[in-house]
Amino acid sequence: MTSPLRREDVAHVAKLARLSLTEAELDLFTEQLGQILEHANDMSTLNLEDVIPTAHPFGLVNVVRDDVVRPSLDRDVVLAMAPDAQDGRFAVPRIMGEAP
Amino acid sequence: MKTAQGIARDVQSGESSATAELENSLSAIGARNEELNIFLYVDEAGARAAALSVDERVAKGENVGPLAGVPIAIKDNMCQTGIPTTCSSKILEGWRPPYNATVIDRLMACGAVPVGKTNLDEFAMGSSTENSAFGPTRNPLDPSRVPGGSSGGSAAAVAANMTPLALGSDTGGSIRQPAALCGLVGMKPSYGLVSRYGLIAFASSLDQIGPLSKTVTDAAMLLEAIAGHDPMDSTSLPEPSPSLVAHVNDGVAGKRVALVRELVEGADDDVVASVNRAVAALKDAGATIVELSIPEFRLGLSAYYLIAPAEASSNLARYDGVRFGLRVNGEDVAAMNEATRTAGFGAEVKRRIMLGTYALSAGYFDAYYGQALKVRTQMIDAFKRAYQQADLLIGATTPSVAFAFGSKTSDPMAMYLSDVFTIPTNLAGEAAVSVPFGTGEAGLPVGVQLLGPGRSEAQLFAAARVLELAEGRP
Amino acid sequence: MTSTSAVSTLDQVMERWEPVIGLEVHGQLLTRSKMFCGCSADYIGSPPNSNTCPVCLGLPGVLPVMNRVAVEYTVRSALALNCEIPEHSKFDRKNYFYPDMPKDFQISQYDLPINSGGYLDLPDGSRVSIERAHLEEDTGKSTHLGGTGRIHGADRSLVDYNRSGVPLVEIVSGPDIRSSAQARAYVAELRGILIATGASDGRMEEGSVRIDANVSVRKPDAVFGTRCEIKNLNSLRSLQRAIDYEALRQIDVIEDGGSIRQETRHWDEILGVTSTMRTKEEAEDYRYFREPDLVDLDPDQAWQDRIRESLPAMPAERRQKLTARVLDPTPAQLDGVEVVIDLGLEAFVNAAIDAGADPALAIARAANELAAGIDDLHNLTLESFSATVRMEQSGELSSTQAKTVLGELLASGGDPKAIATAKGYEQLSSDSLGTTVATLIEENPDEWARYREGDEKLAQFFIGQVMKVTKGRANGKAVIAELQARR
Ligand SMILES: [Mg+2]
Ligand SMILES: [Zn+2]
Repeated sequence: MTSPLRREDVAHVAKLARLSLTEAELDLFTEQLGQILEHANDMSTLNLEDVIPTAHPFGLVNVVRDDVVRPSLDRDVVLAMAPDAQDGRFAVPRIMGEAP
Repeated sequence: MKTAQGIARDVQSGESSATAELENSLSAIGARNEELNIFLYVDEAGARAAALSVDERVAKGENVGPLAGVPIAIKDNMCQTGIPTTCSSKILEGWRPPYNATVIDRLMACGAVPVGKTNLDEFAMGSSTENSAFGPTRNPLDPSRVPGGSSGGSAAAVAANMTPLALGSDTGGSIRQPAALCGLVGMKPSYGLVSRYGLIAFASSLDQIGPLSKTVTDAAMLLEAIAGHDPMDSTSLPEPSPSLVAHVNDGVAGKRVALVRELVEGADDDVVASVNRAVAALKDAGATIVELSIPEFRLGLSAYYLIAPAEASSNLARYDGVRFGLRVNGEDVAAMNEATRTAGFGAEVKRRIMLGTYALSAGYFDAYYGQALKVRTQMIDAFKRAYQQADLLIGATTPSVAFAFGSKTSDPMAMYLSDVFTIPTNLAGEAAVSVPFGTGEAGLPVGVQLLGPGRSEAQLFAAARVLELAEGRP
Repeated sequence: MTSTSAVSTLDQVMERWEPVIGLEVHGQLLTRSKMFCGCSADYIGSPPNSNTCPVCLGLPGVLPVMNRVAVEYTVRSALALNCEIPEHSKFDRKNYFYPDMPKDFQISQYDLPINSGGYLDLPDGSRVSIERAHLEEDTGKSTHLGGTGRIHGADRSLVDYNRSGVPLVEIVSGPDIRSSAQARAYVAELRGILIATGASDGRMEEGSVRIDANVSVRKPDAVFGTRCEIKNLNSLRSLQRAIDYEALRQIDVIEDGGSIRQETRHWDEILGVTSTMRTKEEAEDYRYFREPDLVDLDPDQAWQDRIRESLPAMPAERRQKLTARVLDPTPAQLDGVEVVIDLGLEAFVNAAIDAGADPALAIARAANELAAGIDDLHNLTLESFSATVRMEQSGELSSTQAKTVLGELLASGGDPKAIATAKGYEQLSSDSLGTTVATLIEENPDEWARYREGDEKLAQFFIGQVMKVTKGRANGKAVIAELQARR
């Protein structure tokens, strides 16, 4: 693991996460995230090459359900949640690009 | 205040009524909620209707269920149909879920009466309930101090005698730590024992719902009511709810209990003293005591603070202003997403989303997230080895008693360190309970933590009950 | 560069250059419910957002539970593509923000898909390798308001989540395809397999099958060039046009001394051009990681065997069987076989042949008349089809009459003999046909002379005249016999 992250890394990550940071926040986060990552450096000295990563505590497998249709929500309930709706659909400002 | 066990017995026998018990609860809330900021929403009408229905069923001679008429507080990260659910975040302010979390359905089926939603650190990210968009919760035992977090509101509700039971959620200690700071019993059950369906995710592979209460038996009753397989949660353990209440008085005779050096390391002296007294009490009750060192525990914090934020960064992507909750407009959809998230999330949530996004991003994945998953494997193996030498482990729940407001808010790392003893259990998916034992600074309660392997809840409650009895509590 | 000039130079250019094409085909799986929730997966025609629930809207607190049949369809498709089914597979989150994706991540499979390493043999004998076939969820659908109604220049968009969470199999080919025609044949064959396995309805026009094409060009035998990905091709025609356009565009750039940037491109169906959507630098960082809300999928041998046993014959095998019933098939007849297999009409054809019908005629009637009336096929029985074809063959019905009878049968069922009688299709007796032909020869001496001199085209003239006089009741073959007898 490498040195604590740079300011431009933080700016890039903010963009990926759809957050906008003020200059002051950018400085503060760079410092704070850097500290946390530095603390995480205690893992970098370990030789874990042959260790299998665990993403899940228990080894359950093949949990599936039957292909049975169940009632959907009432459409009025669904649309009542929408910050903006039109013609039975969720309305959003214009979309700049196509889905990746 | 009466225990949940007492209330359920009296309501079912007709000696009391759900309505009367609820009114007691509502007036306790009314008396101190403004001062302590515990409930974000009190569902008076819904709770009164639920209580009335319990009373009607009792009148008809029905067996209402093990929690008949017991008022219960719900951490505000669990969905209840039509009830505002905020996760203490501006981004969800005003949102009313169109569905019930599985735990809510199960509570209702057992006769419990949910009275309202309690404050938490925003999206359960924090250890003091100071990170709430709706203001901090105060510790009822000393309002100048924090109740712990993130289930601080739920712990405070029970500590302030507003409800005998509360549900919390524990991702890195968020039930046990506030239980310790508020003098309560709080359990983080084995991963998969309680359905997460309807629990608003922080870190999916770590989150578990669990009970908070004043007594061990009450905690066991509550857990028994909500546990067991749920087909709506793919990570739910396949078996039905275990029998817990029936085993609370099983004791610890013949059990091997290991005092873990890393679980007292760096703790305040009076905290360590309480742990030592608890060890002695278990020995008196017939347990064999060993001492162990599990150095892997020292790595828990680092692994946790990469894994949990990584999962959170993805879980919290959906708060984008499109379908529900807050929207702050922008000239195009991306600008709207960004404006909404920037305005809607608090600093700690942003910090963790950023950290997690970074840990998963191209070029850093292997060094951070990938390495953390391997440490997690090592943690699990370390626990396995420990359980070859002992049935249960013991240590402190937190390094100190309840701390003052603002004492750790400026330094995220200092705050994170208050979870250092609780995190290993979440990483391993195992069970642990915090039980009040003795006092520390300013006469505030100390929590002793008992840890067990997956599905060891009955043994943990039995050991916790031994400590409860040793403290002279009934 | 315009598409017309591009197409005109295609053949010449392709002597010097070779396109290298790999395809990603997404097929919606024909499950009853969605991939992770109980909402109906049949969303076509439903009012917007009526097939939605907390899970497929990605509301806070929800969890996915895998549809067993979605897994089985994916495994079925893969077995039909000769894929390996690894013992161990997992699901991952592909993270990116987009309004039609409710959770702002897609549950997909990254490094351990359900299937890997197979191949597909095309009718022309070529083989295309299959790198993987994995399971993932579909997104909602956006409509764009204002401007041209398309995404660019729209003022705002409306989102319908009925399609959100419908299961998709994504089948990724190796970069083995060398022409747009081969790409088309590959997709057609793959589509046939998806239909045959029951995994998909294969309806490209409704978006059930969607294709992304990776295209690069190289000099024959050179190393692969830089590739561009063309997104969302929704018909075989646009697939072929887009690949041709893109290959020529790349060749033009390279021949002008430029180089190709790796990028994602958009196909404009109306203008017939591809254009830059996103460069490599702007590419998303998807931050794939294991989906913590799902457990791993390790299909055991028994499960796999059950799926394998339930697998019907694939198009290639069926095509071969049917072709074998035709003696010396013409190209047109082979096309007919193709249509019959595509539409799953071989039961009709086989029944007719078994009942003694000429295979070529049975195939022609199925590939044309039945194909045209495919939506009404439920009205037709194997027997009534066989009987109609045999009546035509024996001369009892003219081909025009036979087509009309089939049309009637498809529209409302019934008995072909009864329909023929009701329509007055009683075949002319050979006596009265002979008289009619003799009269016509007398009335058209010039045409008759030319016919006698060997101009066979004039036979059609006389058939036309006979049909006119008899109001279509004559059989063309019988007319020719009468003409030849008098030649
Ligand atoms: Mg895909
Ligand atoms: Zn749904």
